[in-house]
Amino acid sequence: MANIPDDLHYSKDHEWVRVDGTVAIVGITDYAQDSLGDVVYVELPKAGDDFAANESFGSVESVKAVSEVFSPVSGEVVGTNETLADTPEKVNQDPYGDGWMIRVQMSNPGEVDSMLTAAEYEDFTKAEKE
Amino acid sequence: MVDFGGWDMPVQYPAGTIEEHLRTRRHAGLFDVSHMGEIDVQGEDAIAIVNYLVSNDVAKLIDGQAQYSALTTPKGTVVDDLLVYRFSENHLLLVVNAGTTEKDWDWITAHRKDGAAELKNVSSEYCQLALQGPDAVGILQKLTGLALADIKYYHFTEGQVDGVPAIVSRTGYTGEDGFEVYAAADKAEQIWNKLLDAGNYGSDTGVLPCGLAARNTLRLEAGLALYGHEIDENTTLLEANLGWICKLNKSDFIGRDALARQKEIGVRRRLVGFEVTERGIARDEQEVVINAERVGRVTSGSPAPYLKKNIGMAYVPSESASEGQEIQIDVRGKLVGAQIVKTPFYKRQK
Repeated sequence: MANIPDDLHYSKDHEWVRVDGTVAIVGITDYAQDSLGDVVYVELPKAGDDFAANESFGSVESVKAVSEVFSPVSGEVVGTNETLADTPEKVNQDPYGDGWMIRVQMSNPGEVDSMLTAAEYEDFTKAEKE
Repeated sequence: MVDFGGWDMPVQYPAGTIEEHLRTRRHAGLFDVSHMGEIDVQGEDAIAIVNYLVSNDVAKLIDGQAQYSALTTPKGTVVDDLLVYRFSENHLLLVVNAGTTEKDWDWITAHRKDGAAELKNVSSEYCQLALQGPDAVGILQKLTGLALADIKYYHFTEGQVDGVPAIVSRTGYTGEDGFEVYAAADKAEQIWNKLLDAGNYGSDTGVLPCGLAARNTLRLEAGLALYGHEIDENTTLLEANLGWICKLNKSDFIGRDALARQKEIGVRRRLVGFEVTERGIARDEQEVVINAERVGRVTSGSPAPYLKKNIGMAYVPSESASEGQEIQIDVRGKLVGAQIVKTPFYKRQK
């Protein structure tokens, strides 16, 4: 059973957001890393890059495949997890902690309200499996 | 699970592709390759009939020996790559790829010469399990009375595995030592379970079952071709660096004249191996750029778990096909630097 922490917001593309004031920390969920398999490469944007909600901000690669990752919120990237360059496996090992990907200064903090709750995301992943 | 050539197969097992790959190089990996096709050829003219259809020289085989070969078109391009097994002068077995079994059967039926030989598509009668890695001999030996140490590389013998009649062949697609075991299709589960058991599946140094992803990374590190990628009906054997299975001096075979001509005038493009030298992973089908010109295409690109590099194979113009040549790969719009290297990328210690 995938881990789905209660205190996070979720997207249908399997990203999570942790709100830290007006900053959103973004990563991919346990369900996503499990489906992908061993992560071998993460492509992240630069600080200063701007994204609209649901725009792709980078990609995650497993041995076999490339998957785009989408920002659930609009804003400017104010930090990226540079350790993922040398240790991409953190995305598998600790998707909600050390596997975080970017910090976004939200231009519209209300956007997180239209994201899924943990319970809604759990239902969503169950339905996807069927 | 994914559809592979019409078969339902796992991309990976719970251990994951990287661990499956490393375990095979260090200890043992077990692969269910029952999707492969088998065509049985029996009769007085078996060798003559097959030798006309394939590029390597079947007449050179002895009983109990196998050879890597290709079914060729009149242009010297590849219908399929395969193994040819010689049981006796009058009995051969062709082992072909899963996705091309039907095509190969139709091709062989349409192009074979007349003669005393009965050909049968016996794919549904066989299962095939591959046990690969330095521990393979020791593991399989627990299940058979055959003296495995006496089976030389690319040779095979018939006997029993766990009491089941089987063909045990010292062949494989990983670059490691190991065996491919052929048995009746309904015996697959029994042999599979017994091999996992004999191989201490569950221990950190035991055998691991391996999926399609690890099978691909292992063969790529070993510099082995995959049909539909490095070879297909648009690539000649010489372009694909398979001149060594192309015996132009044997009796006539389909495509021989075209290959002889190409050998004389030279090939315009060649298959090369490369290592990515900047950040990024080259993937299948991406374009190769040399001096700002798009000149080729990646046939297979992937991380190499054992070598800890990102590698691939690609067709490039012959004049650029030298070791050390710097190239770029168009990775989804970004040009990533790479360098042509010798293949195989990995060679096991003997």
